[in-house]
Amino acid sequence: MATTTTLPAADYNHNDHHDHGHKETFITKYVFTQDHKMIAKQFLITGIIMAFIALFLSILFRLQLAWPEKDFPILEVFLGKWAEGGRIKPEFFLALVTIHGTIMVFFVLTAGLSGTFSNLLIPLQIGARDMAAPFMNMLSYWFFFVACVVMLASFFVESGPASAGWTIYPPLSALPTAISGSGTGMTLWLISIGIFIASQVMGGINYISTILNMRTKGMSLWRMPLTIWALLFTAILGLLSFPVLVSAVVLLFFDRSMGTSFYLSDIIVQGQILAHEGGSPILFEHLFWFLGHPEVYIVILPSFGIVSEVISINSRKPIFGYHAMVYSLLGISVLSFLVWGHHMFVTGMSPFLGGVFMITTLIIAVPSAVKVFNYIATIWRGNIRFTPAMVFSIGMVSFFISGGITGLFVGNAAIDIQVHDTYFIVAHFHLVMGSAAIFGMLAGVYHWYPKMFGRMMNNRLGYLHFWITFVGAYFVFIPMHFMGIDGVPRRYYAFTSFEFMEKWLSVNVFITWSAIIAGLAQVAFAWNFFHSMKHGKLATQNPWGANTLEWTTPIERIHGNWPGELPTVHRWPYDYSKPGHSEDFIPQTVPYSETMSSNLPHDFEGNPEAEKIQREWEAQQLVVDEESK
Amino acid sequence: MNTHPENNIEDPARASAFKAKRFALWLFIIASFMIFASLSSGFIVYTAGGIDKGIKIILPKAFITSTVVIIASSITVHMALLATRKGESMKRKILLALSVLLGLGFFASQFHAWQVLVEQGAFFINNNASQSFIYVFTGFHLVHIFAGIIVLLFAFFRPLNKYSLSQNVYNMELSAMFWHFLDILWIYIYVFLLLNQ
Repeated sequence: MATTTTLPAADYNHNDHHDHGHKETFITKYVFTQDHKMIAKQFLITGIIMAFIALFLSILFRLQLAWPEKDFPILEVFLGKWAEGGRIKPEFFLALVTIHGTIMVFFVLTAGLSGTFSNLLIPLQIGARDMAAPFMNMLSYWFFFVACVVMLASFFVESGPASAGWTIYPPLSALPTAISGSGTGMTLWLISIGIFIASQVMGGINYISTILNMRTKGMSLWRMPLTIWALLFTAILGLLSFPVLVSAVVLLFFDRSMGTSFYLSDIIVQGQILAHEGGSPILFEHLFWFLGHPEVYIVILPSFGIVSEVISINSRKPIFGYHAMVYSLLGISVLSFLVWGHHMFVTGMSPFLGGVFMITTLIIAVPSAVKVFNYIATIWRGNIRFTPAMVFSIGMVSFFISGGITGLFVGNAAIDIQVHDTYFIVAHFHLVMGSAAIFGMLAGVYHWYPKMFGRMMNNRLGYLHFWITFVGAYFVFIPMHFMGIDGVPRRYYAFTSFEFMEKWLSVNVFITWSAIIAGLAQVAFAWNFFHSMKHGKLATQNPWGANTLEWTTPIERIHGNWPGELPTVHRWPYDYSKPGHSEDFIPQTVPYSETMSSNLPHDFEGNPEAEKIQREWEAQQLVVDEESK
Repeated sequence: MNTHPENNIEDPARASAFKAKRFALWLFIIASFMIFASLSSGFIVYTAGGIDKGIKIILPKAFITSTVVIIASSITVHMALLATRKGESMKRKILLALSVLLGLGFFASQFHAWQVLVEQGAFFINNNASQSFIYVFTGFHLVHIFAGIIVLLFAFFRPLNKYSLSQNVYNMELSAMFWHFLDILWIYIYVFLLLNQ
């Protein structure tokens, strides 16, 4: 037994052999797998399926908003009593918006996005064979899967799914008798989110401890790709904020089932005075938004990371302001814990406290603007390759700008009080964290598809998907700003019941048609995604000419990632189009000794020995040049 | 003591995997501390809501008993760690058994405290939820203690001779770390409640 002296590679293979036996069965390879790449695919495919379900729900309630007086007999066929006579019931409408929000925020843009790319990219880009705790990683996926099943199961209970909005504010969520959705559906919601949090905490612990402990030789923190930085901060945010949701949800559970009064006071239901006294629903809002605000950054940070990487690669330029990018991620992460009050400007918060939250909120614009500026500066005069991943990244920056600008509006308490809970807010967050994060995720899928499946996706379908989705999303959300300024409240069922809202019906029809067309464009994506797995063009090892470590692994995607020794890192990941080098990229594994013609003084980080060698080489080159003249 | 080479902790790859695991436990501790931090801030926000809010009673004496018991259990767990280091497996087993008993004693003492609270009229279902919070704090902590006792039982039944000494020490270090965290957490909760009583 030579294990004490072997290389880590051999040791790993030995473990592998030890754990799994000689042959991998279908179960160990595809179902209860501990390979991070397979777990990433599980997260991604589950996320995509959940996204399609949420998209379908949104089309259902968009139908109601556009044609509140019209019957769609087809709806009764598959919704049954929830759409008697082909018209969606008000209770079910609320359930639809609630579950749409919950699925999109938690299941698609949290687990589907950071779950996929943390699992895929962390070991591959830092040069590790797998996660720190592969078993826990597997549990993380299966907890997520169970959470999805429980959430969807609520569609099949008698009283319907939860309907208190994805923010489940009490008292609506705390009183099972309040609306039908607050019964069993709400209980299932709480159970599902409880399981989901367990999954996120297990995943997050794994991601952080892998990044900080298992980087390969030479991969110092400041040589990590920005994706890894972003995923690190995402995991830290999740680890600090999800436990807070546990407390909020458990107290809510006590109020619902045991009769405590943490959140409830002075309530009369159907003429009966309830015993609950002295609680405060505002307390729930504090606890919820202490999670809820970091949560929106958990959603957008991975997209930031993915887009940094994709834009740099496809502009063939180093990322502009690498350090500024990292510090702005850090700034956003820290500030995200100090701004939750801006969701609560209308709760009777003291104007002074409101002012404090307003200032912290507006300060977030600074790191966000740094990021946007750096993306644009990276593209500026780049040798741009408009791959599908690149166009989605540019789309992400576009959405982030147009949604971010309205963030300045709603961050101001004086304006927010006017537009609170209107379509202005809906438009704002769907652009800045919804569409932007989805586009970042899609960019990541198009970009790393060859790494996941060994094949390329179809570019034409990619462009078709991009343009229809991009235009469609703007057509959906831009008009909503105007509705919001007019004071049209969100989550209202029938626009025909209020005179001032009736004139917006025609706009709603336009929005719904845009949503349907943009939704149909996703079929192009689904086809492209699933069809290319078997029939796509075979990928080369490094199809995009990228520098990061994942493109040095074999196309076959072996368990353990690298067949021999782990790669050694010699440089940062953004040496694109470096003057003096023969190619327009230099992978991280190439030592400076092999790129003498392109080395710059600052590459050596003040190492006198290396600088001396470089100077000697340059002097020698001068002599060679002279002679050749 | 079995020092099979494949279990050797000095192997760099294994050492780094162990380091990662210890680090992961720290992260878990941070996550679970966040639950209590959020409950504390929830308590503060709630209690500031009116002069009729607040604990308004003298906390049961049983909490002092609990504190003594859990500090004692921390000491025995630490001694079990020392015994593991020296390879004294019998002494280690006795100390771990003692720790588990003390842990169960803590459980009993907390239940007793709840009884005292009920006798004082500070019910869980209460219009002054500051008092309900006492149950939530102690209840959440007891859930952790329950997990901690399971961890100690795992350590107790661990077949030591199947692993190397360094692995056993390492394993015991993690268990002890978790148990000390529960101890410190209880002191935090108790001090927090005392300051607000």
